[in-house]
Amino acid sequence: MAKYPPPEELIKINYTTPVKSWMDTKTAFKPGNFSYPGKPEILKYLGMPNPRVWSPTDDDWQLPPDWQRIVMEKFREKLKKYRSFKIFMDVCVRCGACADKCHFFIGGGDPKNMPVLRAELLRSIYRGEFSAAAKVLGKLAGARKLEEDVIKEWFLYFYQCTECRRCSLFCPYGIDTAEITMMARELLHEVGCNINWILEPAANCNRTGNHLGIQPHAYKDMMDFLCDDIEEITGKRIRPNVNKKGCEILFITPSGDIFADPGIYTYMGYLILFEHLGLDVTWSTYASEGGNFGLFTSDKMMKKLNAKMYAEAERLGAKWILGGECGHMWRVINQYMSTMNGPADFLETPVSPITGTKFDAAAGTKMLHIAEFTADLIKHGKLNLDPSRNDNFKTTFHDSCNPARGMGLFEEPRYVLKNVCRYFYEMPENTIREQTFCCGGGAGLNNEEFTETRLRGGLPRGNAVKYVRDRHGVNNLACVCAIDRATLPPLCDYWAPGVGVSGLHELVGNAIILDGEKKRTTDLRQNPLPGMEDEEE
Amino acid sequence: MAAFYSFLAVLALIVIPWLGVGMGMGALFGIVLPYIAIIIFMVGFTMRIVDWAKSPVPFCIPTTGGQQKSLPWIKNSPWDNPYDKKGVFMRMVLEVLCFRSLFRNTSVKLQQEGPKVGYSSEKSLWLFALIFHYCFLLILVRHLRFFMAPVPYPVHIAEFMDSILQIGLPVMYQSDVLILVGLGFLLARRVFDGKVRYISLMQDYFPLLLLLGIVVTGVWMRYVVKVDVIAVKELAMGIVTLHPHMPKAAIDPSVYAHLTLVCALFIYFPFSKLMHMGGVFLSPTRVVPNMSRRAMWVNPWNDPSIKPHSYAAYEDDFREKMIEAGLPVDKKA
Repeated sequence: MAKYPPPEELIKINYTTPVKSWMDTKTAFKPGNFSYPGKPEILKYLGMPNPRVWSPTDDDWQLPPDWQRIVMEKFREKLKKYRSFKIFMDVCVRCGACADKCHFFIGGGDPKNMPVLRAELLRSIYRGEFSAAAKVLGKLAGARKLEEDVIKEWFLYFYQCTECRRCSLFCPYGIDTAEITMMARELLHEVGCNINWILEPAANCNRTGNHLGIQPHAYKDMMDFLCDDIEEITGKRIRPNVNKKGCEILFITPSGDIFADPGIYTYMGYLILFEHLGLDVTWSTYASEGGNFGLFTSDKMMKKLNAKMYAEAERLGAKWILGGECGHMWRVINQYMSTMNGPADFLETPVSPITGTKFDAAAGTKMLHIAEFTADLIKHGKLNLDPSRNDNFKTTFHDSCNPARGMGLFEEPRYVLKNVCRYFYEMPENTIREQTFCCGGGAGLNNEEFTETRLRGGLPRGNAVKYVRDRHGVNNLACVCAIDRATLPPLCDYWAPGVGVSGLHELVGNAIILDGEKKRTTDLRQNPLPGMEDEEE
Repeated sequence: MAAFYSFLAVLALIVIPWLGVGMGMGALFGIVLPYIAIIIFMVGFTMRIVDWAKSPVPFCIPTTGGQQKSLPWIKNSPWDNPYDKKGVFMRMVLEVLCFRSLFRNTSVKLQQEGPKVGYSSEKSLWLFALIFHYCFLLILVRHLRFFMAPVPYPVHIAEFMDSILQIGLPVMYQSDVLILVGLGFLLARRVFDGKVRYISLMQDYFPLLLLLGIVVTGVWMRYVVKVDVIAVKELAMGIVTLHPHMPKAAIDPSVYAHLTLVCALFIYFPFSKLMHMGGVFLSPTRVVPNMSRRAMWVNPWNDPSIKPHSYAAYEDDFREKMIEAGLPVDKKA
């Protein structure tokens, strides 16, 4: 386990800024504030430059000999390819509205985590290398030369950004730090500075179809294991289709949910829902990953990994794709997928086979969010639900950054939640919906060695959870993101002990009454249902 | 330091024309410089906008600030999360005319007891920025009376409204006072708010001080020296009708200082952050509708050669294991 200070120590945050200019403060790497670098064999597998064994704490980062030229060439290329990048480099007025919007700044107080300054790390080089006037004025005009220390600074701070886009909501010009971070990470890739927690999942996803590197037979095993649990709880044996051709729907969800607690309960929820509906749906092992760590790597990698979804839908002859609960997966699907790999003319606009609803919102990508699908079912009264089975839960809802600010999925999950749970309480309004706070582990930073910084970044979210826990007795934080399900439990344990984390469809799975099921005495976690405490064994 | 150098630069831009005119260089500051400034401004501004507009927007990346349009019975936010051009138009109207995003601004307070992280609405930046921008616009419109004959009716209206309180003689324009308040606040924030001071550069202080210089010299001309307005209009009309000449009546040197500062602003504008004026209309997170799941958004440099690791290769890799696990395969072993 990583070591980190207790909450009462970590909370002593100093928001005052140093007297010395930020350009004169040296970047300090210490355990807990950075992620481990990409392993050489992974870089080699992915065909990425400068594979080597190194550590951010080394003095010499073993950059390639002409690294300055390489970085600046890529910088120029990116400016040419993205209007966003160019405008975001040019129009910032440094008004500071974004400064206290970043969870890492709120929880850490490091001024370089103010979004404006994070962008200035890049802008200072943009000015210093491309603007003659700024070159002359130097530091006064926020310009500097590209030196090895700058690369170190970039590595630390662009891997301390979770691309949550909260700052971009408040920016009067819509400057999006996620976009800037993506560009910076691509520049860093060129000289071989990246983190393993992103690249290894990307490599795994490429070969095995999912981030965790689960091979097809193992995937099937784990699925059977979850079906065993469902049988034990409900008395019904579910036999899901896997890699089956000719099904109407292909279902794709993050692999994290088949692997780890509490994601597995959400996975069981999906299985129960599909069984309940008798849905003509198949799962796939080749496309067994909804998430896309390519989004945190490069536009090329994102496209390559995402392309499997359409490729598999076409191979299996599905009519449309249903997508599970995941944050960044849905930013990719909503904002990138059809642009990168579409148009998917071999698919049809999703139509619910149960209610007949045609989902025009997905007419382009042909991919539907499961919360939209389930909300429609409930609205039409097609689910046989017993919400009292969730009475042990007093629930609040965490809007994941990407479905919030990269899509606008707010009401659908809430509608589902309110119909499967009887106790639902919102967190304070500045911490939910479009203003939601990150779990601290998005954009590939949900690794063990980064825990201290994650917990710091998780302060705003954790504190809002604590608020509803103390006020309403909330004991469950529902979410629609697999990374959330991995990062929020330790975050709650730390900032709001006593609150657990669940996916939305775990609660749906609890509430659904299957045809011919036995009398349930436990929920999907095999905890006794309300009033059933004595009926165990 | 950056603030101090900016102040010196603005001071120089006042002193140089003031002295220069005394040495008989009136035509340089009254005619030549304005032409240069206008040309640089127009060419520079256009080039920047064209450069931005020509760069591709490969992906549809709006920041969504409200409920998407999905199911018919769910109320969507057409302006904060627009799905079509009409919605984007409204989003931009609100952004540009009302500073919608800045209106959302909050301020974080950390209480050690609890601990409690609180958020309070923080509208001062929004308010003073709005005051400054609208006053600047109004003053710009009022100044049209120097460049047009006859003076159009809307300009008269603007003047009338701006002096409706009828204070003093010459009548005080409310915008003159308010713009000083707005600029003063923006400058004070930069100097006294530690976070903002930390991020401020010379290019943040300079335009503020330049604008303050313009306002102060303008106020000085109108209320203190009470310059010969007829002569100033003669000079201005000469410039816009392309028959530039120096008026016979002498013009106070403060006019040249004022004019030089304005020229400096025009020349500086296209190369500075002041281009946010044009940039906001092209910002991909704001001017693009949230529609890329509904319809196709085309990336001009999309690379069709990027292919996924194929299913065939995947099956080759795992065929034996798949067969053993009872999973269907395309090719038998």
